[in-house]
Amino acid sequence: MIGLVGVLAAPLVGAAILAFLSAYRLSARINVVVSAAAFASALLLLVERPAPGRFLLVDDLNVVFIVLGTFVGLTTSVFSASYIGHELATGRLTLPYLRFYHAMFQLMAFGMNLALAANNIGLMWVAVELATLTTVMMVGIYRTHQAIEAAWKYFILGSVGIALALFGTILVYLAARPVVGPGIDGMVWTVLMVHAHGFDPALMNVAFVFLLLGYGTKVGLAPMHAWLPDAHAEGPTPISAVLSGLLLNVALYALLRFKMLMAATPGAIAPGPLMIVLGLVSLVFAGFMLYRRRDIKRMFAYSSIEHMGIIVFAFGMAGPLGNFAGLLQMAMHSLTKSAIFFSVGHVAQVKGTQRIAEMGGLTETHPLLGWALVAGVVAIAGLPPFGVFTSEFLVVSSSFARQPVLAVLLVLGLLVSFGALLLRLSAIAFGEPLGSVEPVRASYVPIFAHLALVLIAGVWLPGPLVLWFQHVAALLG
Amino acid sequence: MALVLLAAPLLTGLIRKVKARLQRRRGASVLQPYRDLRRLLGKEVVLADNASWLFRTAPYLIFAFTWVAASLVPTFATGLLFSWTGDLIAIIALLGAARFLLALAGMDVGTSFGGIGASREVMIASLAEPAMLMVILSLALIAGSTQLSTIAQFMLSPAAGLRVSLALALVAFVVVAIAENARIPVDNPATHLELTMVHEAMVLEYSGRHLAMIELAASLKLLLMISAIACIFFPFGLVIGASEAGRYFVGLGAYALKLAVAGTLLGIFEMSIAKMRVFRVPNLLGGALMLALLATLLLFVSVGL
Amino acid sequence: MGISFDVAHMLAGLMVLAGLMMLYQDRLYPLLHVLALQAALLALSVGWQAHLQAAPHLYITAAIALLFKAAFIPWALRRMVFRLGIHREIESVVGIGPTMLAGMALVALSLEVMLPITAQADPVARQDIALALSIVLIGLLLMVSRRNAVSQVVGFLAIDNGISLAATGAQGMPLVVEISVAFSILVAFIVIGVFLFRIRERFDTVDVAALDRFRGEQP
Repeated sequence: MIGLVGVLAAPLVGAAILAFLSAYRLSARINVVVSAAAFASALLLLVERPAPGRFLLVDDLNVVFIVLGTFVGLTTSVFSASYIGHELATGRLTLPYLRFYHAMFQLMAFGMNLALAANNIGLMWVAVELATLTTVMMVGIYRTHQAIEAAWKYFILGSVGIALALFGTILVYLAARPVVGPGIDGMVWTVLMVHAHGFDPALMNVAFVFLLLGYGTKVGLAPMHAWLPDAHAEGPTPISAVLSGLLLNVALYALLRFKMLMAATPGAIAPGPLMIVLGLVSLVFAGFMLYRRRDIKRMFAYSSIEHMGIIVFAFGMAGPLGNFAGLLQMAMHSLTKSAIFFSVGHVAQVKGTQRIAEMGGLTETHPLLGWALVAGVVAIAGLPPFGVFTSEFLVVSSSFARQPVLAVLLVLGLLVSFGALLLRLSAIAFGEPLGSVEPVRASYVPIFAHLALVLIAGVWLPGPLVLWFQHVAALLG
Repeated sequence: MALVLLAAPLLTGLIRKVKARLQRRRGASVLQPYRDLRRLLGKEVVLADNASWLFRTAPYLIFAFTWVAASLVPTFATGLLFSWTGDLIAIIALLGAARFLLALAGMDVGTSFGGIGASREVMIASLAEPAMLMVILSLALIAGSTQLSTIAQFMLSPAAGLRVSLALALVAFVVVAIAENARIPVDNPATHLELTMVHEAMVLEYSGRHLAMIELAASLKLLLMISAIACIFFPFGLVIGASEAGRYFVGLGAYALKLAVAGTLLGIFEMSIAKMRVFRVPNLLGGALMLALLATLLLFVSVGL
Repeated sequence: MGISFDVAHMLAGLMVLAGLMMLYQDRLYPLLHVLALQAALLALSVGWQAHLQAAPHLYITAAIALLFKAAFIPWALRRMVFRLGIHREIESVVGIGPTMLAGMALVALSLEVMLPITAQADPVARQDIALALSIVLIGLLLMVSRRNAVSQVVGFLAIDNGISLAATGAQGMPLVVEISVAFSILVAFIVIGVFLFRIRERFDTVDVAALDRFRGEQP
């Protein structure tokens, strides 16, 4: 009980406090402390879970994501402390906006935790909407022309997605009503799972289409991805890290809950083929887009689209292996991508630009940062011994077993993006040093902590974790 | 038949009187159109040198078609002379034939005004006709027939209920009627400026008894449309089938009242808005078509549930 | 079927009509007026549902729809348009004719999709959901086919109206009031100047094509 309360209350209280603090050092420290409190509460949840209520639920699926989410939140707050200091010094961010930034940061953490822990599909929707709102505000915080355009696009597309997701939620309730009866129980997920065998399959099909389109917009699936590159490129880097590492996962988690509901409804068209198609389209599309990117954050944003495509593909393949691979990939991508964004953030700060053409020879000028970036990109490209290789390997082998043709397309997409990433990496990390060679006060701990975790996961997955994932994979159908 | 012939100029006179009053003029008397017609009938016809037989015979044919169509609409009772053929499609066909002849006659003499009028008229018709047909389709879906008397009977019965499709169909019908009768905002019946003429442009060359025929046909058409709207959407006081004489008088009275109300409303409406530019008229008529389409779609919803 | 169905059908049908009227408009002020009309119809429809379902909490939703969506938001948008000096003619991507045809096609499509699959529900709920989907699709069409940021916001508000209709039509749905409040907050943020004001700070017009110049890197 304490764990759940802590996970939800800590960010909320933190937001309230931080809305009033102007001193940068103090607010950055409190940000870290609050995030640490949330993480500690999440760890408590691993040990002791409260019983599912009408609104909140902690089960095998979301406990991992809650822990992961609060962990990434913690490391991002550490990163944000040094990053924002630099932004304040250069004048890109001013003090009034600092309070706003910190308050929104914690409010977003609250929204995400609430979405993860929600047992009520209506509450989940409200929480995702809250997270969307807060991130939109933060994307536009620099108030340049590009930032405002990015924030507006994100807002409009995100809101349309949210609206469609709400429509899908209403349809799910409509399907549940004859079986469960009117009232609050019609939206409680655990109750819905129990009664799912009686739902009208046709209605559930249409509902899932809307949910896939709606929440899929927030996941960044092509063709609803248009907001993602701009939002990542124009917002502050901690927000890019949080978007890629957390928000995409939360939206995908919402989709997974509904996928479980679909799996429990006999006669409903398996959502697999639709998810496979969307995933493959995102993967191949993003893979090709990676070649022409000139802005480093935009490039990694497309990489996020690509990985979300792989994950959705894996869940579309379904089966124990596919679902396991998807879950593992979600975790690994979250850690790796945020680590990459941490290093990219510092690189962009020290070079004073986000254009790849103006950076070079990073391993010579800033060895620690450069090699961290190399490790991150190697990890995200799917090379062993990092964890992403494990999950991608599992995805490919599960699809080879079921649909070899799709596996070919999948591998094609992976190879395309692999090539693009390594090409760009060599331009940035090696070669002639370009741009400023100032020393940088970076926070290396978050970066290396994430990379270490991904490395360990690639080599050895702890037993309980494997069991957990397998259990959830079985539930996902 | 005689009733509609006698009532049509009176209606036109009433509308002109209302418009004049709203403009703070005294206006001509409501009987002035009768005097105008008598005057025109007595005048000499001035024909252009290159006018063909079509030009000379068109007014009579137009008048005949319109008169028959106007007689087909049940005015105060459904058991009248022509009511067994009082089919909406037949009425539309007759009116369409009349319009066709008028457009041809307008082009016949070869003046530019006639050409302008004819082309604009046909453009308006190309949108108004489908809209009208969709309205008829909605009505037929509701009432089960295109016979006006059947529709009126259905509307009087409680089975009609409160239907939004009927409201949409009414609005679409009114818009189409305005377009067909060359009233503001589609066309100004009192103007002779090239920019604003449609109907007047086509009849610019006519004089004498030909002009009288055409003017009377235009009044009849207006009466027809108003009677159709009254019969379909407001069939109160309409006498169904045979009945005793007292009911007929009540029906006549109700009909006269409906005409008076409609005429007044039309006059007020024409005074309150401006004429639309010609290139925007297709937008308006397209809107009417959409309304009629929507009415049909909504009918499928409520009937299909 | 009776009078209860007829009234619900009339109100929902008029909302669809208002949506189509929004597609027809090419000037901003009348567009805002039609939006207010649609929200007022929504309030009436929700009120009727509250009466039919004997669910007093829906009256709150109806009040929100009336005060907030039908009165306050169109007023606020109107003031914003006036003060920011936004272009009052709305350019559309294709002409009004094809847009309206597309709107009708969407209405027909949503009826075709939603009516068969909701066969189990009662008639009022069925037609509410089907017509709500058509309002949502018309709102989407409005957003896509207009070049003015304010009209895109209006399109989103139309989507909001449609979804509120669906939420109240699905009888007995819990959390309707909470969800509609949350959605209204979202709507409020979109409208109440956070971004419009920021856009005004940077550009001289709210024409979205002008925004495109600052698109950054072209994908």
